[in-house]
Amino acid sequence: MAEYSVFSLIRQGLGGHKGWTRAWRDPEPKQSYDVVIIGGGGHGLATAYYLARNHGITNVAVVEKGWIGGGNAGRNTTIVRSNYMLDGNAHFYEHSLKLWEGLSRDLNYNVMFSQRGVLNLAHNDGQMDAYARRGNLMRLNGIDAELLDREGVRKLYPHLDFSREARWPIYGGLLQARGGTARHDAVAWGFARGGDRRGVDILQNCEVMGFERDGDRITGVKTTRGTIACGRVGMAVAGNTTRVASMLGLKLPIESHVLQAFVSEPLKPLIDGVVTYGAGHFYISQSDKGGLVLGGDIDFYNSYAQRGNLPVVENVMANGLAMMPNLARLRILRSWGGIMDMSMDGSPIISKTPFDNLYLNAGWCYGGFKATPGSGYVFAHTIANDAPHPFNSAMTLERFEQGYLLDEGGKGPTPKLH
Amino acid sequence: MIRITCPHCGPRDHAEFSYAGDATKARPADPATATAADWHDYVYLRDNPAGPHLEFWHHLHGCRQYVKVLRDVVTHDVLASGHPADDLEAGR
Repeated sequence: MAEYSVFSLIRQGLGGHKGWTRAWRDPEPKQSYDVVIIGGGGHGLATAYYLARNHGITNVAVVEKGWIGGGNAGRNTTIVRSNYMLDGNAHFYEHSLKLWEGLSRDLNYNVMFSQRGVLNLAHNDGQMDAYARRGNLMRLNGIDAELLDREGVRKLYPHLDFSREARWPIYGGLLQARGGTARHDAVAWGFARGGDRRGVDILQNCEVMGFERDGDRITGVKTTRGTIACGRVGMAVAGNTTRVASMLGLKLPIESHVLQAFVSEPLKPLIDGVVTYGAGHFYISQSDKGGLVLGGDIDFYNSYAQRGNLPVVENVMANGLAMMPNLARLRILRSWGGIMDMSMDGSPIISKTPFDNLYLNAGWCYGGFKATPGSGYVFAHTIANDAPHPFNSAMTLERFEQGYLLDEGGKGPTPKLH
Repeated sequence: MIRITCPHCGPRDHAEFSYAGDATKARPADPATATAADWHDYVYLRDNPAGPHLEFWHHLHGCRQYVKVLRDVVTHDVLASGHPADDLEAGR
């Protein structure tokens, strides 16, 4: 597999694009691997990539029950940001954002990362104070943040509702200019190709059915393509975390919920960056193809259905219209639901487990996409060293029992609120 | 829309209800003797099954009573509903 470059593109173009080879192999499973990663989404593929790149561990398999990138990697709103407040989260997400900034070059694959800015709107004095505090905490941690007043917001987004009739007037907002969006498929494909080039086997249509154990040690992973012996096992299966963990009798602080998202018909450029509504839960950006990509709350009840219900659709659209009335006549082309592994404090778990050689990557709630490179980076470190990286040292599974929660929103142990 | 039969009001759309979560968790009966592990299990750990799930819904915009529901979380089908103390699985 050759490097992708402008020269290879010209050369292939002159040859009618007939000479491209596949971007990653489709190997048969080997008898045994040093590390088996369960889950061929962004996080699993990134983990395999960084295991090979940073730790020289190349005898790695990624097992995926469907096709890579077919789960939540293809069911998100592609927003990337690091506007976190708590130390246990902020450094991790900022590291992830820094990886995003160099990712296309590192992978030799264009992930179309676009730092178009993420703006959180404020609609009252209290919210402005909260954003000033959040922005200051971010800046103390070396993360960019800028507090905008009403006119500052109007300059960036004149189409928001600044009229006297606005349901909740816009007071200002907190802008993270380095945030933005990326191309979700390209992220999965880029990490898959990057791992494959370093020797990682990507095994698709390979569903985990159970485990072989020797006490607290996992010796093999039983899959639909045979049993694979393993040195270590990393689990990064998002909404299916409980399903896979229950094969080991492992109970987790996670509920699975459905989150819907929507894409409109394509428009000429209307929204430069990512804008979130502060008087409800709504976020919107415009894809490079022109469609508006938007979403809001989860459906608020446990679900594994990958489809949601109409009351939340109505609520999302009502929020959007309150923020941008000019969306009213827009047609929604597509909608979908993804299953979120909602954790009990709203923060992820990248951790060792009660099993000797099992490592867990889960609990991403609404926000797994932005964490993809950072999650792979520190999860690979955790697996390779049998110890967490400083950036995920607070994201342990034990924190719930110990009381060291990472509750960014201060909402308590109610998964639907995170 | 999910249609939930409230034992007081009859079948109603789920938009009238507020979801109150897993109905299988029991608060430790004696706080004085409950261990940290007991509290951890009660407050944080969930079975989170992919299939029939026992849960509470608060009929917030109706009679304001709590309703126990057995619902398949893969299909969203409501399999049974009743009062909070009812054993919904016994009748099936």
